[in-house]
Amino acid sequence: MSGVFSPTRAKIKERTLRTDKWWLEPAITFAVLFSFIIYATFRAFEGANYFTEPLISPFYSPCLSQACVAGSTIFGWTPVSAEIFNFALSPALIILIFPLGFRMTCYYYRKAYYRAFWLSPPACAVAEPHTKYTGETRAPLILQNAHRWFFYAGLVFNVFLTYDAVISFKNSEGQWGHASVGSLVLLVSSTLLWFYSLSCHTCRHTVGGRLKHFSAHPIRYKLWTLVSVLNHKHQQFAWYSLAGVAFADIYVRQVATGAWTNFYFF
Amino acid sequence: MTTEKIALERHKYDVLVIGAGGAGLRAAVEARESGLRVAIICKSLFGKAHTVMAEGGAAASMGNANSNDNWMVHFRDTMRGGKFLNHFRMAELHAKESPDRIWELEMWGALFDRTKEGKISQRNFGGHEYPRLAHVGDRTGLELIRTMQQKIVALQQADKREHGDYESHIKVFAELTITEILKENGNIAGAYGYWRESGSEVLFEAPAVIIATGGVGKTFKITSNSWEGTGDGHALALKAGANLVDMEFLQFHPTGMVWPPSVRGILVTESVRGEGGILTNINGERFMFKYIPDVFKDKYADNEAEADRWYEDQDNNRRPPELLPRDEVARAINTEVKAGRGTEHGGVFLDVSKRISAEIIKKRLPSMWHQFYELAGVDITKEAMEVGPTCHYVMGGVEVEPDTAAAVGVPGLFAAGEVAGGMHGSNRLGGNSLSDLLVFGRRAGMGAAAYVKQNSSASVSDATVAAAAARIEAPFARTGGENSYSLHAELQEVTHNLVGIIRTGAELKEAIEKIAEIRKRSANVVVSGGRKFNPGFHLAFDLDNMLLVAESTAKSAIAREESRGGHTRDDFPGMNSTWRQSNHIASFDGNQVNVRKQSLPFMPKELFDLFEVDELKKYMTPEEIAKGGTN
Amino acid sequence: MARKLNLRIWRGDATDGGLKDVQVDVNEGEVVLDVIHRVQATQMGDLAVRWNCKAGKCGSCSMEINGKPRLACMTQVASFGEDETITVTPLRAFPVIKDLVTDVSFNYKKAMEIPAYEPPKELQPGEARMQQVDVERSQEFRKCIECFLCQNTCHVIRDHEENKKSFAGPRFFIRIAELDMHPLDMLKNRKRTAQEEHGLGMCNITKCCTEVCPEHIKITDNAIIPMKERVVDIKYDPARMFAGLLKREKRN
Repeated sequence: MSGVFSPTRAKIKERTLRTDKWWLEPAITFAVLFSFIIYATFRAFEGANYFTEPLISPFYSPCLSQACVAGSTIFGWTPVSAEIFNFALSPALIILIFPLGFRMTCYYYRKAYYRAFWLSPPACAVAEPHTKYTGETRAPLILQNAHRWFFYAGLVFNVFLTYDAVISFKNSEGQWGHASVGSLVLLVSSTLLWFYSLSCHTCRHTVGGRLKHFSAHPIRYKLWTLVSVLNHKHQQFAWYSLAGVAFADIYVRQVATGAWTNFYFF
Repeated sequence: MTTEKIALERHKYDVLVIGAGGAGLRAAVEARESGLRVAIICKSLFGKAHTVMAEGGAAASMGNANSNDNWMVHFRDTMRGGKFLNHFRMAELHAKESPDRIWELEMWGALFDRTKEGKISQRNFGGHEYPRLAHVGDRTGLELIRTMQQKIVALQQADKREHGDYESHIKVFAELTITEILKENGNIAGAYGYWRESGSEVLFEAPAVIIATGGVGKTFKITSNSWEGTGDGHALALKAGANLVDMEFLQFHPTGMVWPPSVRGILVTESVRGEGGILTNINGERFMFKYIPDVFKDKYADNEAEADRWYEDQDNNRRPPELLPRDEVARAINTEVKAGRGTEHGGVFLDVSKRISAEIIKKRLPSMWHQFYELAGVDITKEAMEVGPTCHYVMGGVEVEPDTAAAVGVPGLFAAGEVAGGMHGSNRLGGNSLSDLLVFGRRAGMGAAAYVKQNSSASVSDATVAAAAARIEAPFARTGGENSYSLHAELQEVTHNLVGIIRTGAELKEAIEKIAEIRKRSANVVVSGGRKFNPGFHLAFDLDNMLLVAESTAKSAIAREESRGGHTRDDFPGMNSTWRQSNHIASFDGNQVNVRKQSLPFMPKELFDLFEVDELKKYMTPEEIAKGGTN
Repeated sequence: MARKLNLRIWRGDATDGGLKDVQVDVNEGEVVLDVIHRVQATQMGDLAVRWNCKAGKCGSCSMEINGKPRLACMTQVASFGEDETITVTPLRAFPVIKDLVTDVSFNYKKAMEIPAYEPPKELQPGEARMQQVDVERSQEFRKCIECFLCQNTCHVIRDHEENKKSFAGPRFFIRIAELDMHPLDMLKNRKRTAQEEHGLGMCNITKCCTEVCPEHIKITDNAIIPMKERVVDIKYDPARMFAGLLKREKRN
């Protein structure tokens, strides 16, 4: 017997005496994240319906594979072959590791999935089911420390996705100066990604958090103050941007399959 | 039962510090740094002492906010606040040494709020001529305690490096109550007590004992003090043969919370008024203008316009009367409430919401906002607080030698902080308590160290130990007697009604009789349950201490036939210059407390000359003025 | 005004114990500590409970109320439903002594292991100059009242007794952060020892410490995560690792 049932602790047989709905939050987190994973996996392997002029799904951008459909690449740049070891590789799988890694190592998502998926702990003051715990001190969880590198990569991705949003202000003939629901969807989704990245704890640390003397670096202090404000809302940005990306992908897919028509304002 | 007990736990130290508040910890640091082995006794957990409740700040004339400030101004303010009943030498040492004590804390890691130049910021407070209180938001006491707690850990870490054990030279005994200070041949030899956790007894042998146990608030019904403020040190010292000086002077903090009942007594810091809070009665009248005493007429504004301007321009306006010394404000509120102009819960309104924006209130008074919001459901950025007087501080205490903090008449005994008397005279200025702890805590540590160099060993005889043990066992052995909780409540009722803010000779006489009767009954207190963490058992000892304190206070109060600072006699309303020349000395003969007069030492010429003669005339007799200080 | 409250109190010691039901009067505006005191004064004279200031400033009356780690003096009875039974137990991460009192000495041991503040050698008292913006981060952590609710709720030790050896806990991570961010602290290896000796890496930032903090200190966001990031700076930053490799090559 260990944990709250250790011999020296007060003898209470319940794992928790909480009377509120403590299980609700992890349950919702689990349901939403799990649905997203299922959908994202399906989409990553689908390898189709990710591009329709001028819209590209954020799951497939930047499209770097020789398998990419015409027009979806960046100036035709395809450095990765279409298959590896004779397996056809969806273009999404090549790049997925970066946004996935960023979210997997994100300080907020860590809290969310450690609680909802790993039940470590399921909620505060609710005994966890595991008998051993070493935290993030050894492989694989020590890799959580790579968050900073995914953060940098994430910024590069944000640039690509913002670029995608900008070039979506074209019509299907590729002429500039048009705007559609699709371009708004991409714009909102990429903007939310910026908020998510810039509100991140690593960003807060990098812009100024690592300093000992704010007074000696007034501009970085200002930036840090700004990022700190965003950082308060990091959890919200994490969910909004996830929803944004998912919806952008769904939208592009629906338009690409012809289920929806991309409505043009002008 | 005593014979069956397992071997008694014994410890030998050079210095035993009873009390782990600001003064005790500062004393312990000093004694340890003089190379001695030190034990620190706390009644509760380490770092929980009542010092954490001090909000406003620590007064020290560093002159960071106004360069006109210096020790002489601080000394004058302190003497004025105490109505010249202070021991001049203590007030002098305090004013001179406070800045060094604050800077020292900074060297130990304290993080005070800063001025623009990066110095320690200083704030205004009642009775202080210049902004003088070093502070950290409104949790300065916590900062002091934590800093010294961490300094002690730093010393322990050094001992670990040198001797291989964190606790080789300084050890904290948490949740231990001392029931008796032990003497052999007239000299201090140690102390006896028990672990609150297990009830098992402990003997400390030490040639020097420093008492730093704080206050006596729990003797009263409405108090800002925690359960620990039961006057243990006062009673221990009395029983060890020391004297208590000026026990009639108790400070009722003017602004304690009065509603809801569960938080009654909890302090509302003076900074609320320092930051612009105003006091109004039920009719909306800002009543403090009516209560400015003559001695303060030239320093306090007599109209709202000037008072309001003071917050912006302090050089050309007089201060708002809300910032009068605590005793004046407490009496004013008491009078308003008695005249039927109080709130339904017996308080008055204190409002900051009108003058300051919500944002600034939350920044400058964060824990006050927190306290009202979470304890009482009141948002002080929107509504007024209900406040009234609460027993806060005892000016009286163990009579000590100012320079060494040695208790008069008991070689080896020292006292510092609230438990020591003399420093604050008849009334303490806000902010002087925290600096008092530091200045005299250090001096007690130095005094004890010097004493131990001359008297290095102490041992306690078996007979003394047996007597001390028998006393602890006694309440368990009795059958069918009194309950300590109800006796405590009765005592509080007596002190509240008869020895409170406003006193009369007849009521004090009644109080003395009633206290004697409760003391008689307390000899029959029975404790139910075992020894292990038993609050009923603990209260039995605390009650004993509180009864001695209450008796000292009542007897000193009936003897002083004048009103001064924290002692107001309805039957002797004025201040009397002849009475200023005397202290009251309480001592214990084993049966009862006896009080006698003792003349107060007079200031030397160089201190006397710091004052305008016109001002001194308000306090001193013409003969004293003519003398012009001693040489 | 007064009504009856159903209170369930854990009574016992290290050997045995259980929940006992009592009925007690409760008045408007009272907090849980008030009713516990009433039980103590009227029904259970020897009920052990730790408390001091009763104003949320000393952090003594830590216990678990309806399963949540809280200060009894800061928990309004009115925050529960009229018919609700309130259950109070001692902290469940520490050894119980008696009734609602636990042995929290673990925390004092850990406090001794955190290297103290180290001022600059040549600094004289009174000469320290620090800007308000530079002290504010550390000041937040110095608000800590050492109620140890964060230590109690942290699953790393609450659910794994064996981790107590190697894990200092959130209270001491904020202490380390406070010193590492202190504008004048000179000790250089706080980040490394935080990770290698005090168990910072054990924390999986599930934020319960922040949730229970009565002082509302942002323990996770403002102390633990910044410290983790500082550790990344010195230990897991590929750019630095690469630079370190080059240095070693040169040395070889």
